[in-house]
Amino acid sequence: MTHEASPGGRAASAPLMGREVEPTLFELSVPGRTAYQLRTTGVPAVPLEDLLPAEHLGEEVALPEVSERDLVGHVTRLTHRQFSVDLGAYPLGSCTMKYNPKFADEIVANPGLSGVHPGAPASMTQGWLELLVTLEERLCAITGMVAATVQPAAGAAGELTGLLLMRAYHRARGDVRRRVLIPDSAHGTNPASVTLGGYEVTTVASNERGLVDLDALHAALGPDVAGIMLTNPNTVGLFEEEIREIAEAVHGVGGLLYYDGANLNAIVGVVRPGDMGFDIVHMNLHKTFATPHGGGGPGAGPVAVSSRLVDFLPGPRAVAQSDGTYAWATPAHSIGRVHGWHGNALVLARALAYIEVHGAEGLTRVAQHAVLNANWLRRRVADILPAAYARPCMHECVLTATPLKRAYGVRGLDVAKALLEEGFHSPTVYFPLIVDEALMFEPTETESPQTLEALARALERIAQRAVVDPESLHRAPQSTPVSRVDEALAARHLVTTEDAASRQ
Amino acid sequence: MADYIPHTDVEVAAMLDFLGLESLEDLFAHIPAALRLSGGLDVGEGRSEPDVTAQFAHYGAANRATTTTLTCFAGAGAYDHEVPAVVRALASRSEFVTAYTPYQPEVAQGVLQALFEYQSMVSRLSGLPIANASLYDGAAALVESLNLASAATRRGRVVISAGVHPHWRAVARTFAQGTGHEIVEVPLDNGVTAWSRVDATDAAAVVVAYPNVLGVVEDVGVARDLARAHGALLVVAGDPVSAGVLRSAGSWGADVFVGEGQALGTALSFGGPYLGLFACTVDQVRRLPGRIVGESVDAEGRRAFVTTLRAREQDIRRERATSNVCTNQTLMAVTAAVQMGWLGRAGLREVATRGVRGAHYLHDALVRLDGVSAVSDQPFAREFALRLARPAAGVVEAMAERGFLAGVALDSLTGPDESVATHPEDVLVVAVTERRTRDELDAYVAALGEEVAS
Repeated sequence: MTHEASPGGRAASAPLMGREVEPTLFELSVPGRTAYQLRTTGVPAVPLEDLLPAEHLGEEVALPEVSERDLVGHVTRLTHRQFSVDLGAYPLGSCTMKYNPKFADEIVANPGLSGVHPGAPASMTQGWLELLVTLEERLCAITGMVAATVQPAAGAAGELTGLLLMRAYHRARGDVRRRVLIPDSAHGTNPASVTLGGYEVTTVASNERGLVDLDALHAALGPDVAGIMLTNPNTVGLFEEEIREIAEAVHGVGGLLYYDGANLNAIVGVVRPGDMGFDIVHMNLHKTFATPHGGGGPGAGPVAVSSRLVDFLPGPRAVAQSDGTYAWATPAHSIGRVHGWHGNALVLARALAYIEVHGAEGLTRVAQHAVLNANWLRRRVADILPAAYARPCMHECVLTATPLKRAYGVRGLDVAKALLEEGFHSPTVYFPLIVDEALMFEPTETESPQTLEALARALERIAQRAVVDPESLHRAPQSTPVSRVDEALAARHLVTTEDAASRQ
Repeated sequence: MADYIPHTDVEVAAMLDFLGLESLEDLFAHIPAALRLSGGLDVGEGRSEPDVTAQFAHYGAANRATTTTLTCFAGAGAYDHEVPAVVRALASRSEFVTAYTPYQPEVAQGVLQALFEYQSMVSRLSGLPIANASLYDGAAALVESLNLASAATRRGRVVISAGVHPHWRAVARTFAQGTGHEIVEVPLDNGVTAWSRVDATDAAAVVVAYPNVLGVVEDVGVARDLARAHGALLVVAGDPVSAGVLRSAGSWGADVFVGEGQALGTALSFGGPYLGLFACTVDQVRRLPGRIVGESVDAEGRRAFVTTLRAREQDIRRERATSNVCTNQTLMAVTAAVQMGWLGRAGLREVATRGVRGAHYLHDALVRLDGVSAVSDQPFAREFALRLARPAAGVVEAMAERGFLAGVALDSLTGPDESVATHPEDVLVVAVTERRTRDELDAYVAALGEEVAS
């Protein structure tokens, strides 16, 4: 299918972006200028010196001094130097940058939700508890698990929570285990979480098909293995078809299966981690259930478990009582709190709203169209950027720029940067580590066929440039707010605050 | 049924044809049939946005304690501050809201520069030269500070004042199950950490809260001297608004500052998303958890910002990383930068001062009531603890009937544990922000007087 074959709806993804360097707010500051306005309180203006001992009184904090108008201008100009999902297609593999429905913004702006103090007693926060209980039920239905904690604030926090659950489970059985298995294609958070969970990492090689090598798995297994962390579909975008065999092998040595839900959006409504044999599942709600990524958070990383792990879940959890009210309860052998309060509550509310709108059928359509778009793109650009593994992918496709590198010296990074000039966000580059010159595209289900065609044509133009003018690709991007940033300088000459900068 | 998928049936058919497939189900043919779900998910049918909005309006209406229904005197790490329209408008710009981690700096200068400004402000607030681009919340920042201190000193024992928020300490105990750190908690006596009761030998860190969970401003110098005497790092857990009047963590000699940043522009939100503040000395920069933005130049020599010191992070160091943080709380950090820009030097001072004034005005009136006394006679900032003649949880319930969220019952945070205060079930922690008027304070005194007397 081409653009012409799909009439109407021209795709546009080229933003107008600010190219002037924006002064910092500190550079805009003028002593004595103010913006703030506070409520008139009538509280007597007793001098601070009468209320606090002198040894505790500090200097004023030298925050910038600007007018409200200057603040608005500054921040608005910054937004003009920022790419976002709302601006254009953002096929950043593994990150699931799909459209974030606007109605969820209004749902969480309701002061009945956003204006609730987390320390208020359960009797006064019944609506929030009901919401959390409902979300937990939905997440368990989606994953095939029996109970969940919504405390973890992001996927990595969920991973560590899951590993501590694994640890508590084995210890309760008087079983000391030392190692956790991880495929070599795993996200970097997996091995880091394993270390923080008090385990050693054993890496399991992938086979030539991009899947866990069963022979390597069997060789790595032993009675000291606490479990395995798997992403399925894996980070190469492929479904681990032998997952039942993997599960049997790991359970066979008394280990547990941990499901990294980073790619749950590929299978929601199609297959459930619980039915594959997993015991612990974390979900990145900001990915699968489309809560906005906020420039790098907030996310939410609830963890759902099978029946044998329920008693170890973090607490307190919101639970429904027989009289129709809701209360907090802490499981009998809880590992304890993993969040200062109850988790990223407003993110949890957004995710529930997304689930409720879609329902069972809508969530399945999400997975179907995400997989359709990824496979279509993979096939459409196969002549210029072949897939790392020549077989159907799930919600994302890992392509390789190796042919372009060999023929013209154009690397994956060059392709990614040139794509920015074309008005698209780059794919994820150089991940997973097991693929040479990896370009990982995740189109998501919310991009139209016209947008995919425009993306494919942009990649074709870049491939043409590789033939006629590869040098220009090394200099890309040129039309963006800034060109390539000197990362080595930033690390060598560390300037991370206004005070460390030498301003003219 | 509703969704946000643009494809028409005709387009789907054409795309499937291009792939040589007949149906959407064929896309999953390689998944063993025995695994595939039959009968669909048990999550109910999809409904329209207005229908779902009504469901959430029900949740909102079922929450009796909101800032629009009760006058808020609850604190304990979450505060009812003014967040003006300008901050809400700027922080909800979709360029910030719908972006992700700035992996491609050429198209992410907006988020990167805002984070650079945030880091600069947190640095000045904490009196320490290095600040990261945020962590999940104050509790997560505490945990990361312990991991940093352990890595820096190659020790596994940490000494924490019971004045540090009980939930934060609980989170630290949870994650210590994995790291194996030994956590030694030091009780409060008269609202002040009883440091003399602890042996800090071989400690990686000494952690003190300033102000502490009872609102008391302790002499941080005692904790500092203890840390110095044993070669431990000093971690100060602070409140960013109180920092507008109090001495900075850096001026006390802190190696690390951690804090809960909710008070800087984020709504109460039932506890999240908030943001963890984290700052440290230059010595610790290579062990800093999470992301940090640095200034550099682009190929044309123009100023440009980029995430830096990436070699510390999990995606590069993998199992050798000292933190697994990936996604953090960038939007809350950007919001905090905008809020601090709106407050400015004078505004932060004014907000902090009004909190201290209001708290003292209220405290002095309340302790004159029969059945109400102070838990500590030590200096406090914008929050204080009262001992009541009847259980605090019951008083909170009764005060709600009179239109007040009266505070946080200490035992709702600590349970029966007495390391913060004896008989915590009788202790109420009360906070005052710049939003509370004299009329509200006077009405609170009258209401509590009637409740405690009754």
